[in-house]
Amino acid sequence: MMFVPGNNPGMIKDAYIYNCDSLMFDLEDSVSITEKDAARSLVFHALTTIDYGEKEIVVRVNDPETDTGIADLEAMVRAHADVIRLPKTATVHDVTFCDEQITRIEKAIGMKAGTTHMMAAIESAEGVLNARDIAKASKRLIGIALGAEDYVTDLKTNRSPEGTELFFARCMILQAARAAGIAALDTVYSDVNNEEGFIAEVKLIKQLGFDGKSIINPRQIKPVIDVFTPTQKEIDKSLAIMAAIEEAHKKGSGVISLNGKMIDKPVVMRAERVLHLARAAKVLGQEAEK
Amino acid sequence: MKKIDIASIPHVSELEGIKKVFDESDVYKDYKTCREREQSENKIVPSLEEAIRRSGLKDGMTISFHHHFRDGDFVLNMVMDTIDRMGFKNLTLAASSLTTIHEPLIEHIKNGVIHRIETSGMRGELAEQVSRGLMDVPVVFRSHGGRAAAIESGLLKIDVAFLGAPSCDAFGNANGYSRDNDTGVICGSMGYAKTDAQYADKVIILTDNIVPYPNVPFGIPESDVDYVVKVDKIGDPAGIMSGATRFTKNPKELMIAETASDVIEASGCFEDGFSIQMGTGGASLATARFLREKMLKKNIKARFALGGITGQIVQLHEEGLIKKILDVQSFDLDAAKSLKDNRFHQQISASYYASPNNKGTAANQLDIVILSALEVDTDFNVNVLTGSDGVIRGAIGGHQDTAAGAAVTIITCPLTRGRIATIVDHVNTIVTPGSTIDVVVTDQGVAVNPRRTDLKTLLSKAGIHLVPIEELKEKAMRIVGEPAPIEYTDKVVGVVTYRNSSVIDLIYQVKDSAEE
Repeated sequence: MMFVPGNNPGMIKDAYIYNCDSLMFDLEDSVSITEKDAARSLVFHALTTIDYGEKEIVVRVNDPETDTGIADLEAMVRAHADVIRLPKTATVHDVTFCDEQITRIEKAIGMKAGTTHMMAAIESAEGVLNARDIAKASKRLIGIALGAEDYVTDLKTNRSPEGTELFFARCMILQAARAAGIAALDTVYSDVNNEEGFIAEVKLIKQLGFDGKSIINPRQIKPVIDVFTPTQKEIDKSLAIMAAIEEAHKKGSGVISLNGKMIDKPVVMRAERVLHLARAAKVLGQEAEK
Repeated sequence: MKKIDIASIPHVSELEGIKKVFDESDVYKDYKTCREREQSENKIVPSLEEAIRRSGLKDGMTISFHHHFRDGDFVLNMVMDTIDRMGFKNLTLAASSLTTIHEPLIEHIKNGVIHRIETSGMRGELAEQVSRGLMDVPVVFRSHGGRAAAIESGLLKIDVAFLGAPSCDAFGNANGYSRDNDTGVICGSMGYAKTDAQYADKVIILTDNIVPYPNVPFGIPESDVDYVVKVDKIGDPAGIMSGATRFTKNPKELMIAETASDVIEASGCFEDGFSIQMGTGGASLATARFLREKMLKKNIKARFALGGITGQIVQLHEEGLIKKILDVQSFDLDAAKSLKDNRFHQQISASYYASPNNKGTAANQLDIVILSALEVDTDFNVNVLTGSDGVIRGAIGGHQDTAAGAAVTIITCPLTRGRIATIVDHVNTIVTPGSTIDVVVTDQGVAVNPRRTDLKTLLSKAGIHLVPIEELKEKAMRIVGEPAPIEYTDKVVGVVTYRNSSVIDLIYQVKDSAEE
């Protein structure tokens, strides 16, 4: 998910050319108070004019309990944003309030209820502790994300290269997301020029189980894809597992084994996930699967 | 001494040039030492005025300059001011190129000192005023190879060449750096000046650094030089060259560069011993980085890199990935230092680089060239000379020459620049004909010239998504809209020549908004 400042026409204009999965236009922290209206109008017109193709369009709005936030929601639901990203989510109420506003706007414009999805960014200690309930607070929620900059400030610390201070929050958010059956997204890495540090962090969060990473520059796309794309060895193994399953089903055999090892349900699910990622990264075509 | 009768030699009529018996009085023996001669009989002339007087410059003649000092050049303006003071008029100025620092030419044109101009390009206020009709006689634009060919064939006859050099000895061996006395003012290759020195009637070297004879290695040999003038300053080192050309961080340029490297990999040329030229634009430079990874991965080395040389190319050379460098122009300090220090980094002349007329041109040995463009049209014609407002703001450089010479010519450019489309129906000015352009790489798709069905097959097979160039044009139009046509008068201000001196396009005077 690539962050695009909502007040930068040059970046908004051709953000779709980059190979990220979703674009997040920001009306919140990257836009100064004096430019809120201009940014809202700019993003509205961009979304209703420019063809962003297959990319998932996310808009980070201002706090819905302010006039600015309401105006953002009014405009972005009308602009058919796929996802509204709620900033600084701390309580279930934050989510339900936003959900109600979206429901009201969808109804007002005759849009099918539930069309607009939501994503909650958790950026405080309270939010982290409430993560479990937040993740289940609305059917619109497709994911929760960690916003580390505000969170470490709240913790009275700062970000370290190793990310020790984020460990609890990351695990908490991940458990909450998994328990609710939605996606977990990791925070941004601000030092764009430190590619090595960035790759290390992406490897860490992938190993923890995150579904993806928020990024602030197109140069960060390739490292994320590289880390998340399964290796050929992983793909081959997963294909073999799926083939063994198919074979066993044909034979009506209950117990499945591959190279002498038993294949049980978690193994199959992991193999499916590897193949899903491989297809998404376009390193696995239909031919290979056959 | 023995008495010889010429007539008694058998078949003497067939021995051409054998007519005269040796005569002791014809012998001249010089007892002076090299050091004494360096002091007394050298080519150093006390002043620029004196050198100009001795050169025999007359009204109406053609004078030439090189542009190796880029925006740091003091030589051209210094010489023109002196010529003006001496009262010459009606001269033809044939520079290898002109930059923003040459703005004072405007006054010399207005005063009649300069009657007409030949150059590769023009920028800044001079270009602006020429576009608005400053000169009666149109400016002739030639590529680096085309200029060399015109000089060689006599189409462009240079009477006096004024060539700035960062080092020169008392007899005229001149170079873009010095191994004896490095003053910090260096320009690396003297490629464009070499051709002028070889063919001009009179050659004057201007230098701020007289070094001991012989100044080896030299870019220009003493046999080509008539006079040497010592001046206080030939240029501003900061303007002559920047440190190292940095890799771009612009994500769009990086993306274009990565795609261009994929295109090269799939082009069929990417094999051990390939040859390449890369321009200095952000994207074409960055291509070097992505190509490097592919070269390391596949254990492929380039035979040579050609043209304008940057630190990026030098780095690949020093890593052993590019075996040799043929350098007509050193773009940064790293390139200039490499020319000085690296044995297989060779200085070449404009003619050797790109002339279509000589007996062998390095550009013709290119497998791949990556070039940039201001505009490309749906017939693949490229404009690198005039902007979207019709004003001259660029240079042909070696564009035409390398596009024609390389097996695969790749243009890298963004689909739009701000609100200006790069892919258009018709370019403002045709500089390089579309028949010599093979692939256009933009941030929003790759287009292959329909003539190159072979490349199309290769690139498709490699999984590179190709789109018709018309589709790119449509996409650009959808983003920026259809621009209002530029308004011109019917006065021709520029004649754009192809590398064989034929006229490929004309540049017209831009209508002043005040005149409307």
